[in-house]
Amino acid sequence: MLNNITIGQYFPGNSVLHRLDPRTKIAVLFFLIIAIFVFDQPVAYLVLTLLTFGCMVVSRVPMKTQIGSLKPLWWIILFTFLIHLFSADGRPLFHIWILTATWEGLVRGFFICLRLALLLLLSSLLTFTTSPLKLTDALEAILSSLKSIGVPAHELAMMMTIALRFVPTLIEETDKIMKAQQSRGADFLTGSILHRLKNVVPILVPLFISAFRRADELAMAMEARCYRGGIGRTQMKELRFAPLDYVAWGATAVLMVALTAVAILFPKGFL
Amino acid sequence: MALIELDRLSHVYHAGEENEHRALTDVSLSIEAGEFVAVLGSNGSGKSTLAKHLDALLLPTSGVCRIDGMDTQNVDQVWRIRQKVGMVFQNPDNQLIAAIVEDDVAFGPENLGVPPKEIRSRVDEALSVVGMTKFRSFAPHLLSGGQKQRIAIAGALAMQTECLVFDEATAMLDPEGRAEILAVVRQLHKEQHKTIVYITHFMEEAAAADRIIVLDHGKLAMDGTPREVFAKADELQKLGLDVPLSVELGARLRADGIDLPQAIVTEDDLVQALGAAAGHAGKGGAALGD
Repeated sequence: MLNNITIGQYFPGNSVLHRLDPRTKIAVLFFLIIAIFVFDQPVAYLVLTLLTFGCMVVSRVPMKTQIGSLKPLWWIILFTFLIHLFSADGRPLFHIWILTATWEGLVRGFFICLRLALLLLLSSLLTFTTSPLKLTDALEAILSSLKSIGVPAHELAMMMTIALRFVPTLIEETDKIMKAQQSRGADFLTGSILHRLKNVVPILVPLFISAFRRADELAMAMEARCYRGGIGRTQMKELRFAPLDYVAWGATAVLMVALTAVAILFPKGFL
Repeated sequence: MALIELDRLSHVYHAGEENEHRALTDVSLSIEAGEFVAVLGSNGSGKSTLAKHLDALLLPTSGVCRIDGMDTQNVDQVWRIRQKVGMVFQNPDNQLIAAIVEDDVAFGPENLGVPPKEIRSRVDEALSVVGMTKFRSFAPHLLSGGQKQRIAIAGALAMQTECLVFDEATAMLDPEGRAEILAVVRQLHKEQHKTIVYITHFMEEAAAADRIIVLDHGKLAMDGTPREVFAKADELQKLGLDVPLSVELGARLRADGIDLPQAIVTEDDLVQALGAAAGHAGKGGAALGD
């Protein structure tokens, strides 16, 4: 039951988005998120929506999967919409009980939900098109600029790498322990929730003990291979920016400048 | 000067505490560059402790351990020692660090600060030596035990180690995996002239070495060629060890009055000796083994 779990939600592929340097993708995502929150002119929404859908198409990740990434926050989106619908002042639209929905609320609710949706879709696009390993590398590269203020960039990245390496191993082990316990009459699938939770303890205890033993042996193996932290370390697979990355940076810069200009020149919007 | 020199090496775990345990007592031996040495011993004989001393993962309680003239107690030289001596541990799962095979092989050279291009060429070469080139982009958990151990060997090779220490590296493998590893080890010894220290409790594997060292309760019990060591089958059995099947069969046949030479170690030796004996016996008109 545990053998078909994939780590993260990476979709291997060779689209433009897949080929971008992970650092570029993180930076662009960062700026787009800022843009989504800062600019509230209809034209900005239009541009950002089109851009998001453009990226979604270009990534070649199945649309259904991408839209599915909205699912976990579906209720929050709906709730936000309802609150705005009923709480804004303006021309009344309809009444339910003591609540009054307004036109203004409808419009504002729609845009807020659009914001949330764009945010989710863009962020998932990053994890859909970047393997966890590349994300880790990018994280190390980005964080290492903060080393001077004491951020342990290399250590964090090493922890993530080891975690990624051991997720399948520990899943396998959990499966084995569960089968061993089941063969001795343990029952994980029926009974009340409390009962089932209690039955998880005999899985967790051996799993933790074994994880600590593994950590101990792994530490020794790392030492035997001359690991002494990030100092003086090189990397076989260096991250390198390609022309494609410069294009992405340029486009993002132009977009940000254009949106700022629109926001200053037409504060009320012109649509 | 020998590559590995142990001089009255002793190791005590938890010294001075209630659970004090003496793992090695006054072990003195030297191993020359290019030797293939098997270390035998029953459980608790100190084999693994010995192995860890060779890579400065443990330091002597008393006595000296020198690798290529460098004392393991000298903190400044620890990294040079570990670059010279590579380790392959028992559990294949707990010594692979990266989530992709080639990244794992690159781990050692990356730690040594080797330039990226050279790491790439070292990794490619190490993977081809152990015959794992086509698995380069696999995740370790998709490999068999024997394949994982081959990756661990490649990881040590990529650091350009002169000596490889196998700490019961085949104990958790199936027979097929054991054969794979032994084949790689022999090839490393013959073709790359690596010094091999091979800790095992499989007698058949030890028979492949040039020299066998037997430990018993932390003391050096025997040291000699496989022929010399296996000739003392009684002594080995007293130490809780068996001799390989071919050696035992040869000895029993000899005891039954069949004329076989003393020097039978491998199955091939036995088959040859029996063939020769059958030839002699055939002339006399008597059948073998009735």
